[in-house]
Amino acid sequence: MNEQNILEIKDLSVIYKTDLETVKAVNGINIAIKKKSTFGLVGETGAGKTTTARSIIRLLPKVGHVTGGSIEFEGQNLLDLPEDEMRTYRGNKIAMVFQDPMTSLNPVMSVGDQIAETIKIHNPHLSKEDVEKRVEDTLAMVGILPSRKIDYPHQFSGGMKQRVIIAIALACEPDLLIADEPTTALDVTIQAQVLMMIKDLRDRLGTSMLMITHDLGIVAKICDDVGVMYAGEIVESGTVQDIFEGKNHHPYTEGLFGSIPDLKATAKRPQAIPGLMPDPTNLPEGCVFVERCKYAMDICRKEHPQLSVSGTHKLCCHLFDENGNRKEANHG
Amino acid sequence: MDNNTPLIQLKDLRTHFRLNGGAKLHAVDGINLDIHEGETIGVVGESGCGKSTLGRTILRLIEPTSGQIIYKGEDVTKISQRKFRPLRQDLQIIFQDPYASIDPRKSVVEVIAEYMLIHKTYKHRADAYNRAAELMDMVGLARRYANMYPHELDGGRRQRIGIARALSLSPKFIVCDEPVSALDVSIQAQILNLLMDLGDELNLTYLFITHDLSVVKHISDRIMVMYLGQAVEIAPSQELFDNPLHPYTQALLAAIPEPDLSKRDIPFKTIKGEVSSPINVKPGCRFCKRCEHVMDCCQGVDQPLVEVSPGHFVACALHTK
Repeated sequence: MNEQNILEIKDLSVIYKTDLETVKAVNGINIAIKKKSTFGLVGETGAGKTTTARSIIRLLPKVGHVTGGSIEFEGQNLLDLPEDEMRTYRGNKIAMVFQDPMTSLNPVMSVGDQIAETIKIHNPHLSKEDVEKRVEDTLAMVGILPSRKIDYPHQFSGGMKQRVIIAIALACEPDLLIADEPTTALDVTIQAQVLMMIKDLRDRLGTSMLMITHDLGIVAKICDDVGVMYAGEIVESGTVQDIFEGKNHHPYTEGLFGSIPDLKATAKRPQAIPGLMPDPTNLPEGCVFVERCKYAMDICRKEHPQLSVSGTHKLCCHLFDENGNRKEANHG
Repeated sequence: MDNNTPLIQLKDLRTHFRLNGGAKLHAVDGINLDIHEGETIGVVGESGCGKSTLGRTILRLIEPTSGQIIYKGEDVTKISQRKFRPLRQDLQIIFQDPYASIDPRKSVVEVIAEYMLIHKTYKHRADAYNRAAELMDMVGLARRYANMYPHELDGGRRQRIGIARALSLSPKFIVCDEPVSALDVSIQAQILNLLMDLGDELNLTYLFITHDLSVVKHISDRIMVMYLGQAVEIAPSQELFDNPLHPYTQALLAAIPEPDLSKRDIPFKTIKGEVSSPINVKPGCRFCKRCEHVMDCCQGVDQPLVEVSPGHFVACALHTK
């Protein structure tokens, strides 16, 4: 494992298996998150982003199975750990913020008690006063008056609840924070407040982050590295500069950028990507994006593309050779 | 009705909800708006600003507390629901949630044909089903889905069912209540383009409700920004983006994270606090508690909507004094 990385996912595959069908949710992905940096995982519903995140903290639903690969955190393969050792990682070293602030909190427990619960589990020797002190500090850190610790979740607005959830996740000062669409359920002005707070705390505490989002605007604001996920694969990855300013892109990435209504351009309409994501129970043999791709060639249907690498920028498309240069001859 | 009469006029429209204990929730609080035929009006605001209530009040799915709804020059605010029913053929709505707004026990073609059967558009059921199949072509749903049930389809296709259903009675005016906010961006663009094409083709008038300014920019001719039940700014779409005047509009625009690395290190200009309660509101600018330009004259009296340049209205003491 590379010393500079806090987390390395290698060749990870995850399936959901029921009596009726097998869903191939994640298919051989590679991700490396550098220490004190933020990796943005971008993609649409059903791309496998949340499955990837849940695999890291090993909270997949019962029907989910990791079928291959490794997830190394500070040199330890998390997939090999017995459950009781895994618990010492969860919360302490790796914490997760879930998407929906409305359902992630316990409605019959005061907010302060919920934060205290996390602190007590991970620091059993702290005295009662010390725990209370840390609850208050944690609330203050996310911009909520410490005196509100006695209030219950229904007394908070959506933005405040998400702050409380982030407070709980950060209460044990984890090394890695996984944030799964933390602001999707919030209004845009509240989203801006919460994003600025996350960015601020991350910089202050030196936390590494895996940021899952479908919003390229958030990626541009917060992330250092990006992986674009489609139908269980990372089709393109690189630094934010590679993705936002680079010349060569996977057609799906191109489509994602085209779909965003541009605030400045006078162009009247967004460029939609036609079609839908392939059925994960029946993925195509060749490239997973072939059915929606405007550059599709014969080879795309037959062969899965190889990875093209140029420096930090990687993409997986038949349009490019192994060094990331465009193969001009093959298409008009 | 001559050509200059707006299709729909709203005059001081108010919808208040009475709560337990006699408190009043001011969901829509004095909206004046003329909607002309063929025009698309975007209504933008955060959750709780009353934009959905406004859309539903115009269709009298929620009864207004006071004010007038004038359709083609005729006051329809007080006529009985029975008399209003035929008008519903002209006035339709597309709902936000394509999962909850469609009867799960009806097949696609039954869902689309339902309104035509209720309004007895055709004598024979088979004709309604044929028309439903035509509508499926129009909204880009393959006819092979006709006998499927909604749970077999994804969100984008379900939203197309909702659009086909709204079009089934050949309406003049459609309220689109956040029709794309439950969809992924690539699908969102498909549905937006479809709505724009249909609007041009059928000369539809839209009231397009959304919380997402970037969505509304492309589809709207004019945009109304709402805050706590009131319109704070109304302007032609491009003008609103080029020259936003109300501090709230400016804050909304500044809060959108843009996919542009050159803006990476500029922190968001965030506004402090959250939307205050719409219950028993006092007169005065509703935004003044969060506004950085707040002055003495902002409190106590409501700010009127004033035309500061042709077609650009704003309710803010900074620009109207």
